[in-house]
Amino acid sequence: MSIWEYANPKKFMQTSAWVLPWAVGLTVACLVVGLVWGFFFTPDDYKQGSTVKIIYLHVPSAMMAINAWVMMLVASLIWIVRRHHVSALAAKAAAPIGLTFTLVALVTGALWGQPMWGTWWAWDPRLTSFLILCLFYLGYIALWEAIENPDTAADLTSILCLVGSVFALLSRYAVNFWNQGLHQGASLSLDREENVSNVFWVPLLVCIAGFVLLFVTLVLMRTRTEIRARRLKALLARERVA
Amino acid sequence: MRALLLRDVRLAMRTGGGFGLGLAFFLILAVLVPLGVGAEGGTLGRIAPGILWVGALLACLLSLDRIFALDHEDGSLDLLATSPIPLEAVVAVKAMAHWLVTGLPLTLMAPGLGVLLNLAPAAYGWLVLSLLLGTPTLSIVGAFGAALTVGLKRGGLLLSLLVLPLYVPTLIFGAEVVRRGAEGMALGTPLALLAAISLGGVALLPFAAAAALRVNLR
Amino acid sequence: MPDLGKYAFAVLASYAATALLIAGLVALSLWQSARTKRALDEVEARQGKTDG
Repeated sequence: MSIWEYANPKKFMQTSAWVLPWAVGLTVACLVVGLVWGFFFTPDDYKQGSTVKIIYLHVPSAMMAINAWVMMLVASLIWIVRRHHVSALAAKAAAPIGLTFTLVALVTGALWGQPMWGTWWAWDPRLTSFLILCLFYLGYIALWEAIENPDTAADLTSILCLVGSVFALLSRYAVNFWNQGLHQGASLSLDREENVSNVFWVPLLVCIAGFVLLFVTLVLMRTRTEIRARRLKALLARERVA
Repeated sequence: MRALLLRDVRLAMRTGGGFGLGLAFFLILAVLVPLGVGAEGGTLGRIAPGILWVGALLACLLSLDRIFALDHEDGSLDLLATSPIPLEAVVAVKAMAHWLVTGLPLTLMAPGLGVLLNLAPAAYGWLVLSLLLGTPTLSIVGAFGAALTVGLKRGGLLLSLLVLPLYVPTLIFGAEVVRRGAEGMALGTPLALLAAISLGGVALLPFAAAAALRVNLR
Repeated sequence: MPDLGKYAFAVLASYAATALLIAGLVALSLWQSARTKRALDEVEARQGKTDG
C-alpha cells in the first residue's frame, strides 16, 4: 500500500467517490460555522470598525491562492518525474480554483482598502504580487486550453509551472524592493495575525480550514471530471477507428 | 553553431519585418509619448526611464514568435533537433540571434530616444548598461515562451500572455536602475539583481526551452 | 443582523462578491462534471462496456 496507488485513475475514482461526500459536508460545515461566527458574533475592531469582518474572506482566499499554485507545482513535478496522469489532471483542475481565490483576494482587498486606505488600489507589494499571480494563472490556463494533445499540454504546462514558480518568487522580491516602505501593507494583512486577538483568531482559523476543504473538494471534483473527459476522448477515438 | 547564428541573423535582417518592426515600434513610442504627455515641466524626464524600458520590452515582444515559428513551418527545426548540436545550444544560439537583431540595436538606440524624452543626463550610461544587462533576459525568456507555443496556431497572443509575467522582475530592476541613475542615488543592488536574473536566465532557461521544444516536436 | 455602521457597504459587498465568485466556480465545476458524466455514460452504453 503506497500513495502511488492513487495514481491509478480507476483507484482514484473509487476512493474519491467515497471521500467526496465527506469533503463536501465538512467544507459546508466549516464555512458556515466560520463565516456565521465571524459575521454575526465577533465584535468590531476598535480601529477598523466592522471592516474587520472582511478578514474571514480575504486572508483564507489569499492563502489558498498561493497554496493552490504550490499544489500545482508539486503535481507538475510528480507528472514530470513519474508521469502519472492523475497528477497532471489534478494540476489542471486546480488552476481555475486558484484563479478564483486570487480574484476573491483582490476584490475583497480592494473593498477593504477603499474605506481603510481611501483607495481601491495601491501599487503595494502585496497587491502587485497578486496581480502578477493572477497573470500566471491566466497564462497557465490559456496554455492548457490552447494545446490539443493532452500529454503535450501536460508536459508544457508543467514546464511553465516550474519556470513560472521561479519567476513568481523573483517577482515577489522585485516588487518588494521596488515599492518597499511606501505603503502600510503588512499591518493589514497576514502579519496582523500576530496581534489579532483571540476573538477574531478562532473564527478565522475555522474559515481557513473551510477554504482549505473547499479547495480539496473542488480539486477532487474537477479532477474526476478531467479523468472522465479523458476517458470519453479515448472512447470516442476508439469509436472512430472501429 | 556559428553557422546557425549567422544564418539566423542574416535571415532576420533579410526578411525585414521582424528586425525593423521592433526598432520602428520603439522609435514611434518615444516620439508619440511626449506628444501625448505634453512636453512642458519635468513630467517627461521623470517617466522617461519607465517609458524607455517598457518600450524596449514591448519591442522585444513583437518579434518573439519568429524565433522558432518560421523554422518550425519549413521543417528546419526538426533538422536542427536531429543535428549533432544539442537542442539546448540551438535554443541559446537562436535567442542570441534574436538579441543581436533586437536587444542590441534597441540598446544602442535608447540614448538617442532618451534625448527625445528629456532623460536626465546622469542616466544615459545607466540606461545603456541596464538595457545591455537586461535585454538578453528578454530574449531568452522569449525563446522559452516561443518554445512553449511553437506548434500553435495564433500562438502570438498566448505567447505574450505567458511571457508578460516572466518579464516583470527584469522590467522592475531595469527601470529602477535608470530611475536611480537619473536621480543620482545608489544603484548597486538593482543592478546586481538585474545581472543575476540575466545570468541565471541565460544559464538555465535554455534547458527548459529545449525540454518544451522536444515535447512540441514529439 | 449586526450593526455594520458606516462600513456596511464594504463588508456586504465583500461577502457578496466572494459568494458570487465561489458560487460561479462551484456551478461551473458541477456543470462540467454533470456534462462529462452524461456524455461518458452515453458513449459507454453505446459501446456496451461498463468497466471503468
